[in-house]
Amino acid sequence: MSNPNPTETTESHAVGGTINPVENRFTERLSHILADLGKNGIFIALIAVVVLFSFLTDGILLRPQNISNLVVQNGYILVLAIGMVMVIIAGHIDLSVGSVAAFVGACSGVFAVHWGMPWWIAVILSLAIGAAVGVWQGFWIAFVGIPAFIVTLAGMLIFRGLALVVLGNANIGSFPTEYRGLGNGFLTDLLGEFEIDPLTLGIGAIAIIALVLQQVRTRLGRQKYGQEVEPLIWFITKLVLVGAGITFFVYSLASYKGIPVTLIILAVLVLVYGVVMNRSVFGRHIYAIGGNRHAAELSGIKTRRVDFWLFVNMGVLAALAGLIFTARLNLAGPKAGDGFELEAISAAFIGGAAVQGGVGTIGGAIIGGLIIGVLNNGMSIMGIGIEWQQAVKGLVLLLAVAFDVYNKRRSGGR
Amino acid sequence: MTTNILEMQSITKTFPGVKALSNVTLGVARGEVHAICGENGAGKSTLMKVLSGVYPHGTYDGDIVFENETVEFKDLTDSEAKGIVIIHQELALSPYLSIAENIFLNNEQKGRGGLIDWNKTNFEASKLLARVGLRENPTTKIMDIGVGKQQLVEIAKALSKRVKLLILDEPTAALNDEDSDHLLNLILHLKEQGITSIIISHKLNEIKKVADSVTVIRDGKTIETIAKADVTEDRIIKDMVGRDLEHRYPDHTPHIGEELLRVEDWTAHHPQDTSRVMVDKVNLHVRAGEIVGIAGLMGAGRTEFAMSLFGHSYGSKISGSVFLRGKEIKTRSVAEAIDHGIAYATEDRKTYGLNLIEDIKRNISMASLKKLEKYGLVHDNEEYKVANEYRHSMNIKAPNVLVKTGKLSGGNQQKVVLSKWIYSDPQVLILDEPTRGIDVGAKYEIYSIINRLAAEGKGIIVISSELPELLGICDRVYALSEGRITGELPVAEATPEAMLKLMTMEKPR
Repeated sequence: MSNPNPTETTESHAVGGTINPVENRFTERLSHILADLGKNGIFIALIAVVVLFSFLTDGILLRPQNISNLVVQNGYILVLAIGMVMVIIAGHIDLSVGSVAAFVGACSGVFAVHWGMPWWIAVILSLAIGAAVGVWQGFWIAFVGIPAFIVTLAGMLIFRGLALVVLGNANIGSFPTEYRGLGNGFLTDLLGEFEIDPLTLGIGAIAIIALVLQQVRTRLGRQKYGQEVEPLIWFITKLVLVGAGITFFVYSLASYKGIPVTLIILAVLVLVYGVVMNRSVFGRHIYAIGGNRHAAELSGIKTRRVDFWLFVNMGVLAALAGLIFTARLNLAGPKAGDGFELEAISAAFIGGAAVQGGVGTIGGAIIGGLIIGVLNNGMSIMGIGIEWQQAVKGLVLLLAVAFDVYNKRRSGGR
Repeated sequence: MTTNILEMQSITKTFPGVKALSNVTLGVARGEVHAICGENGAGKSTLMKVLSGVYPHGTYDGDIVFENETVEFKDLTDSEAKGIVIIHQELALSPYLSIAENIFLNNEQKGRGGLIDWNKTNFEASKLLARVGLRENPTTKIMDIGVGKQQLVEIAKALSKRVKLLILDEPTAALNDEDSDHLLNLILHLKEQGITSIIISHKLNEIKKVADSVTVIRDGKTIETIAKADVTEDRIIKDMVGRDLEHRYPDHTPHIGEELLRVEDWTAHHPQDTSRVMVDKVNLHVRAGEIVGIAGLMGAGRTEFAMSLFGHSYGSKISGSVFLRGKEIKTRSVAEAIDHGIAYATEDRKTYGLNLIEDIKRNISMASLKKLEKYGLVHDNEEYKVANEYRHSMNIKAPNVLVKTGKLSGGNQQKVVLSKWIYSDPQVLILDEPTRGIDVGAKYEIYSIINRLAAEGKGIIVISSELPELLGICDRVYALSEGRITGELPVAEATPEAMLKLMTMEKPR
């Protein structure tokens, strides 16, 4: 192939040195692909886990109904993982999210069931309560300076206790239909019944087109500014593979009940928070604080304010997770949210976040959460008991982080 | 070559994409003090890591012959067993343990039943402390003694391992003159006891004082080994930078304009002990195009003054007034100070200046994201472009701006810090120890950058503990002692003697 874009090769020649140019271009492309695979190791791990369990479950894992279930069953963990990875990038941790989810779920039960409020007012009020919880915890962490581990450990107890108080030792059940839609609803209900839902396919097609356009735009933008871009073949291959993946996923959803409402919520969150972390000033400040708090402070970043808003944000997301979970079960109970914090933290770390802070991505956390979800789901289908599921998940977390540490050491980081 | 205790023969070490060492040869005679000089990134530390087994045998090419025997170290323990001990620039002591515990860490003095014999531990430790001339109780905690004494503890620890070849990586970088002298004398004293030393240093005067021979490394290659009689500063510098450095300081013709910054009666107290005055009614001013120095000994309050001025980043009960172009301004937060056009580049770039796990690009933009922002979003292609421009104009040596700053040498890290502050469009730059831990060649570049900034009409305040540096680059120098300005001299009148007199002037009691 002749030189597809001149900027790419001039830049790389300056770096690469003077080896035979043809061989150089090939090895360079290969090394680029390998580096890319290394960087996206977590994505490959997800594919490996999916393939493994498709075999182990005789293909049940990839049946349309199960794919739909995977999304709905893990939605609330993924919502939590988004907030959690941001908190972890800034060098904190939040142990309270499970309890907060239970507390908010209980409150929403009181609003929507006991007091009979319209569902949307109940939802908004519940999210506001989540924000208030975040304000409380953020205040202690950011302005009093108590480590997040302690504040949220206390929060874990406080809000679990308050959840029980609100519930009054009873379950609150039978929520209004619209409310339940948050956890169980599908978008198909809009158009009526089809064998293969056309609305779902349409949304899928739009998503693929948007993705391709965005990727091409980014690539062209980078080239315009003389930045190194990946080889064109690899770029196209990746797009085709991702497109095929989305097509399969969307087709599966379309041939079951359509797009779950939870997925819509998630997609919006991933898009918004992806932009926040990658492109916004606030996101940059989070990474800067996690990387070196002192340097961030001396660069004029208001670190306390960032910490505070991070926890307010986490409170709102924990509330949202609580709503989705309650809606799905159609029940607000005392055991709700049990262990959510650990699954969300695991998702962030499996997804490549660093314990010391400064490193991590929203996408990584989502994939980490999906890996846990597929493990849960696959092992349940196989009839493996909850006790072994726990042990396997623990092992996966350990191995994922160990692999990450090994990778970093090999790439010469200190 | 039987007199040589150590022979490193054609050592080549490659990292992915970089040849860190290429055919380096080093011969160290038994019982000598051998200095290794080279710019940061020249390969000195890599060579020492090869020698001490941090990079195990098999990861490099070439042979190491120690005491006439080819050695193949697998790790640090291996090399220490043979009597090669390396003391790193960043000391490896545990602050909460005692001196004795640190000395015998991983080499515990066991008594009966495998339990630690504390009497023996402390007794042996006190004998070792006597050998290094440190008068401290061995049960004192490391955190309670100064860096100079900690350095001595490290040497005592090395002696406890029956060291034959002691490697010191920039041992005096963090020490004051008195402690440095003591350490250098100790190295000479150990030489009399038959201990061979390798000392890595930037400081040419101390090399001249202790070294019997000097090996210069540049770009991963041995340039030459010079015997004591032939050592001159000029020759070493020439070898290190590969060209003649006629002047250590670039020429600078000041074009001084109107007054930019004036500070009046600036006072700051200790952050915890609020009764202690750390900065005492400091008055100073900087004019456009002027380079002003602040000279002071350790603990004079130089950094404390600069950081309290820069967004109240240090201290408590801060008072005084700041005027920018004659108008009073407040600098209560760093953001406010930056908005007024004040920039402060810290003396400790690794702890306070850089996000080491982030790339060059994001470090440069860190203090000025506002300039790249539109609707709350950062224009990242523009950011890349800006960073790349600074990479070229500041001569930051990196293949691109996506390199993590943790992987850069000290000089290049400092250039990133300066780029960050220059990009924030300051009117006044406060540079705290701008050339600390940087090699000669990069220092010259930093000085040139400072001159360029002054020529653009910015006001520059340079804080430095190296008096020759201040006298070499400044137009006017203030002396600071015990938190007070004790004098102010134009550079033409500022002789080292006059300055030292001011810098040591005590408060009238």
